[in-house]
Amino acid sequence: MSEAAAPRRRLLLAAPLGVAAAAGVGFWYMLSGLQDGSFNPRGVPSALLGRAPPDFLLPPVEGGRLPGLSSADLRGLDRPALVNFWASWCVPCIIEHPHLVALRGEGVPIFGVSYKDRPVDALQFLSRRGDPFVKLGADPPGRVAIDWGVYGVPETYLLDRHGIIRWRYAGPVTAEIMNEDVKPLLRRHA
Amino acid sequence: MRRLVFALALAPSLALAVFLPADRLPDAAAEARAQSIGREVRCMVCQGQSIEDSDADLARDLRRLIRERLQTGEDDDTVRRFLQTRYGDFILLRPPVSAATALLWATPALAFAFGLYLVRRRRNMTAGPAPLTAEEEIRLRELTGRP
Amino acid sequence: MITELGHFALTMALAFCLAQTVLPLVGAAQRDARMMASGVPLANCAMLSVLIAFLCLATSYVVNDTSVLNVVQNSHSDKPLIYKITGTWGNHEGSMVLWVLVLTLCGAAVAGFGRDLPSVLQARVLGVLGLIATGFMAFILFTSNPFDRMWPPAPDGQGLNPLLQDLGLALHPPLLYLGYVGTAVTFAFAVAALIEGRVDAAWGAWVRPWALASWAFLTCGIALGSWWAYYELGWGGYWFWDPVENSSLLPWLASTALVHSAIVVEKRGALKIWTVLLALLAFALSMLGTFLVRSGVLNSVHTFAADPARGVFILAMLVIYVGGAFALFAWRAPSMVPQGVFAPLSREGALVLNNLLLCCIAAVVLVGTLYPLFLDLLGGGMISVGPPFFNLATLPLALPLIAAMALGPLMPWKRATLWPVIQRLWWAALLALGGFGIALALTGAQFWPALGFGLGVWLIAGAATDIFDRIGLFRQSLPVAGTRARNLPRSAWGAAIAHAGMGVTALGVAGMGLATETLVALNPGQSTRFAGYEWRLDSVRDAPGPNFSARQADVSVLIDGQVVFVMTPARRTFPIGSMTTTEAAIRTNMLRDLYMVLGEERDGGAVLRIHHNPMAPWIWFGAYIMALGAGISLSDRRVRVAAPNRRPVGAPA
Repeated sequence: MSEAAAPRRRLLLAAPLGVAAAAGVGFWYMLSGLQDGSFNPRGVPSALLGRAPPDFLLPPVEGGRLPGLSSADLRGLDRPALVNFWASWCVPCIIEHPHLVALRGEGVPIFGVSYKDRPVDALQFLSRRGDPFVKLGADPPGRVAIDWGVYGVPETYLLDRHGIIRWRYAGPVTAEIMNEDVKPLLRRHA
Repeated sequence: MRRLVFALALAPSLALAVFLPADRLPDAAAEARAQSIGREVRCMVCQGQSIEDSDADLARDLRRLIRERLQTGEDDDTVRRFLQTRYGDFILLRPPVSAATALLWATPALAFAFGLYLVRRRRNMTAGPAPLTAEEEIRLRELTGRP
Repeated sequence: MITELGHFALTMALAFCLAQTVLPLVGAAQRDARMMASGVPLANCAMLSVLIAFLCLATSYVVNDTSVLNVVQNSHSDKPLIYKITGTWGNHEGSMVLWVLVLTLCGAAVAGFGRDLPSVLQARVLGVLGLIATGFMAFILFTSNPFDRMWPPAPDGQGLNPLLQDLGLALHPPLLYLGYVGTAVTFAFAVAALIEGRVDAAWGAWVRPWALASWAFLTCGIALGSWWAYYELGWGGYWFWDPVENSSLLPWLASTALVHSAIVVEKRGALKIWTVLLALLAFALSMLGTFLVRSGVLNSVHTFAADPARGVFILAMLVIYVGGAFALFAWRAPSMVPQGVFAPLSREGALVLNNLLLCCIAAVVLVGTLYPLFLDLLGGGMISVGPPFFNLATLPLALPLIAAMALGPLMPWKRATLWPVIQRLWWAALLALGGFGIALALTGAQFWPALGFGLGVWLIAGAATDIFDRIGLFRQSLPVAGTRARNLPRSAWGAAIAHAGMGVTALGVAGMGLATETLVALNPGQSTRFAGYEWRLDSVRDAPGPNFSARQADVSVLIDGQVVFVMTPARRTFPIGSMTTTEAAIRTNMLRDLYMVLGEERDGGAVLRIHHNPMAPWIWFGAYIMALGAGISLSDRRVRVAAPNRRPVGAPA
């Protein structure tokens, strides 16, 4: 065996260690990312981040007093806004609703989309728990939701003052999410 | 046994039902296309199945959507891209081939090439002793007393 | 009291494991016979302590002791007794106790059956096993203690995931753990050899039975898990290349390569470095699986309740065991010179190809599983790597592997010529081509399933050729061949049967490639035609069980107007956890499965999905046949006791 081959051989035999070490470092970063929230294997980032919402036109909820919602309504607002997909049959929506109502009370425009819901049930939900919405579109077949990349309710999108989507949250907007994510983002994109 | 053979041969065309739910296309070829696309689309709700296998609402909506778009004459790639622009790369069970996934797709070839390299090395190392140099030849003759 | 006894037993076990680590390893380094011999009683004591702890935990489940936190979180008084017992390991903490139980049982087995091992080797193996056990015991006691109390006791448990109340799934973890933990034994042997700086034919002979046993259990565990997914989850599939499924496949691939590679070490003294590395890899991959499943970094339906803090502990264990072993390998392996000259075309060469292809498949599965995680970590976005990738990427590697599987066993050692081998397989090739052709014709020219049929026939016929060749079936008279068959070493039978089992699985997979399904909505009294039968919905009614309520459809299946059987798919609702499960109705005649799932109900009628799955049961039959083959090999005392050819052991490795 030639002399030159020996160091190459040592390198090759040390390769498993090298690969394992690299993987180990990666796993360490993943674990610390899990704990501080920067790494979320279950969170799917929205494909619409950094883009304008898709074009859509939704009729108002039958029997309600709010006008319907269209993509034109989300342009030229000159202030950040939220778009919230919800349904009366969705249990986590009940949890997040009071927080949305409170946010509305602070003057933040919130637009709603009623996802796969009967008008009667949706209106009853709002009359019982409060109405945070400026406008409310009805999407019974759920097709507009698909255009947004929604895969469950509730989902909330935050748009900046130019109408670009900056943040999407799949799940109920709890007080914690409100304070740690929504409010700082509203300030940042004001 | 004959029935089994018969069934195997004709099974695809025997799905005549009293009432076809809206999920299925009547044309077998188009339905097969829809299913092969659907099998590569992840169900975003349960996430451990394709939309063809999932009972979730969203899976059903996406199945219908795929079939509708196929019937308007779109080709498979366009339908996939439609879903990809809305849900991101995550929804495609077959990862797109891009700079980011080049290493992934190259793995079978790279692994095999590296393995072959290792095997070749081993062969070279155990190929037997190197041939004698001229001096070693002379020395061997001296030692063994042979010309 | 029992809980405290169990807790105490766990602590005692930790002490024993610690002693089992230190004393024999120090004794081996100093060649102190007494210290080395202490490994045996210590391993037995460790096993007994863990057994006591496990029994205490199981007792708490059986009596539904709601002062034990683990029982409260995972059980309920309404659960049938059998599921209370199996619920002991149906959760993170309990499953870890089962893991160390199997580990200490393996340690006791090495202590008991390894009396013929040189004392230095046995001491080092027990020491390394003790080291692994110590790590896991510490993990249990410090982060996942099943004996934590809760006071005041809860009124009742919070129940268990109803999906886990199933015998198939209950047996799946123990079988898998026997496999995973078995890789710890071969790992210990490899580490012992590296410490000694020597690998010889005797080592190969000692490692082989352990590698075979752990491989057999892994095969059964994976097959059982796949079968469970098939009949329980209602989607009609059996393998999704889910990260957790892949986590069990990876050690299996490495173990398969190891089982074959160890033969070469034993018989020819070659491929030592490969074999040691494979033994290290098999355990490393099973540890990786433990990490991925329990740390929370994976997104999968399979994962246990994830806890990043536990993940850190497991990562530390990975660093110590796997990192330490690979470092030892990097340090010691260079001094091992490759020995054993053989031609590229020879049985050794075939086994090298086997190793190469199996390792490549493992590399593809590993990269595919981890890629989304690392890409996400590096900010490259979230992608999915699913069945389309894995099927595409492993197929070009698996096909040559299967083709070569029939050729390898027929090749002589050291040097072979291809033509005679092919000649002996002529009838197998003919049968395979015939199978391919018939399948093509019958299935309307579907290429891939037909290819699968051809390959399955190839494997089975190839295995038969191996046996016929060895007993000289067509060369000698029948009685002579019969005698030779009786005298054939069991390991030869085992290998042939295992390879044939792979062929059976290949046939099953090919058959499933031809599966068809239909989706119908029927009202009671209406029927539909599918797969040559007439399917009539008779009724949809309530069918409650001991701890669930259910809606069940009664479907009569008719041929020519006569009812041949009735199938009853159902949807069960469990009040605890408010979960709904689908109970698929499966009717098998061993050649095909009829698989029916009840969907939603509409206006008195029901949506039914009916699948026709040809050859489905063969997938799992094949796996059990493979394990049977391993068992037959193991029943040969020569394989177990490993009387190696007594070569001068002083020669450097």
